[in-house]
Amino acid sequence: MKVRKFLEVKEGDTLATLRGFLQRLLEKEIVEALLVPLEAPSGDTVMPALVKEPARLEKANPLAPVMPVNAARLVSSLTIGKPKEKIGALLRSCEIRALIELVKLQQAHLENLMIIGLDCLGTYEVTDYAKLISSEDGSPTMGLVRGAKEGSLSPHEGYQFRSACRICEYPVPQNTALTIGLLGVDGKRILVEAQEELAERLELTEGEAASREEVIKKLVEARIEERDRLFAQFRERVVDIRGLLAQFSTCTGCYNCTVACPICYCKECLFRTSTFEHESDRYLRWAQRKGAIQMPTDTLLFQLTRLNHMVTSCVGCGMCESACPSDIPLTTIFRAVGQEVQAMFDYLPGRSLEDELPLATFKEDELTELGETQ
Amino acid sequence: MNEDFEPKIVAFLCNWCAYVGADLAGTSRIQYPPNVRIIRMMCSGAVDPVYVIKPLLDGADGVLIGGCHPGDCHYQEGNYKARRRVAILKNILRQMGFDEERIWLRWISASEGQVFAETVTAMVKALKEKGPNPLKELWGT
Repeated sequence: MKVRKFLEVKEGDTLATLRGFLQRLLEKEIVEALLVPLEAPSGDTVMPALVKEPARLEKANPLAPVMPVNAARLVSSLTIGKPKEKIGALLRSCEIRALIELVKLQQAHLENLMIIGLDCLGTYEVTDYAKLISSEDGSPTMGLVRGAKEGSLSPHEGYQFRSACRICEYPVPQNTALTIGLLGVDGKRILVEAQEELAERLELTEGEAASREEVIKKLVEARIEERDRLFAQFRERVVDIRGLLAQFSTCTGCYNCTVACPICYCKECLFRTSTFEHESDRYLRWAQRKGAIQMPTDTLLFQLTRLNHMVTSCVGCGMCESACPSDIPLTTIFRAVGQEVQAMFDYLPGRSLEDELPLATFKEDELTELGETQ
Repeated sequence: MNEDFEPKIVAFLCNWCAYVGADLAGTSRIQYPPNVRIIRMMCSGAVDPVYVIKPLLDGADGVLIGGCHPGDCHYQEGNYKARRRVAILKNILRQMGFDEERIWLRWISASEGQVFAETVTAMVKALKEKGPNPLKELWGT
């Protein structure tokens, strides 16, 4: 059974306390390596790093509200070859959910992996974070950490969180071995949830976070309201063919979204093969037939195909949208379309290893009208 | 309804049932409209959404996917998986503002030449009522 314990925050410094806690995980050999965001030497961002030496954790900053990559991809790289040492991975909720999908897609393994989840307070685009950290207003992190107690997570004035974060219903990570909680916890302590046996080794103290569930509930309700507003706007936009074309008209076929997506794992993507390098004559023939064809060709085909391939497993981390040079609202599109498709199979991506991937299974007695002569 | 409009249908038929059914329609000299271009697949379960979307974006008026009846798949369960995939594809296209009824999934056995002919006849009629695929005219795809 999981127990709820606490870390006392030393000298009002939440980040330093957290760093000390992570160092203990390595020093006590609870894990032999840690995947955790470190402040980059440039000072303007954090990047996930695989840490072996506890002293390196002096630069760890899992609280920084920025997410240059979805680290589930990195856990896939780290575990696909079955590591011999125990690796701890400190992840946000969307990264854990993506990891669960990758495990089911046989692109990651959970053996010798300890998933450490951290309450997510929201993230900025990488460029916004860099601006904020170098401005004179001070850290973009501490205001959020202070607001976590009440669940009032307002972005810095003049900035906003990534759209995926604004509509995220899962600020609290699930499927973890260890959860580090900030929401609904007063700033003097950090909540730690773990199996009793593990918790005993972590030098934790007793305490209470009575308002945690209430704070989380309020936050999630506000996010759902915003989500439903965006979904409704999207559904009004795509009522016909012209609406469909308008969604993706600015796609240039750069495939950044496939690189940023944690789930899009094919080593060789159909769209990046010679299948789509055509003879001159063919382009000209197509142009002749329609009068004109868009160049580059097949960008809408790419988007609709990607939607078909990914939407059942899309966890809504929004990295595709952050990576899109044309600002296509991919988060809303994938999440809104995904909501209906996932509901067809009562599937929530990232919820559980037990739920089978909708495209990998079937029931004999479902969808029985489809295929029959009407 | 425009009587002059002859819809173009791309059909993906499985090697073991629907394709043999279509072949039987031919060898039995059953008449059906010549609006269909048949592509033989090893299994309806091998029809990736990309194969269906590509002709539709290029202006085909309909896509027919033919497989073995449930329980009869040569590969045990390919057609059940095809059914899920087509259900998802149709749902997505509907949500994105495209007429999902241009995509038909039908179970046609190797002995059902008549059913194949009737399916194509019915599909041509339905597509004539709908009119041409609007994407035929739009270049931004």
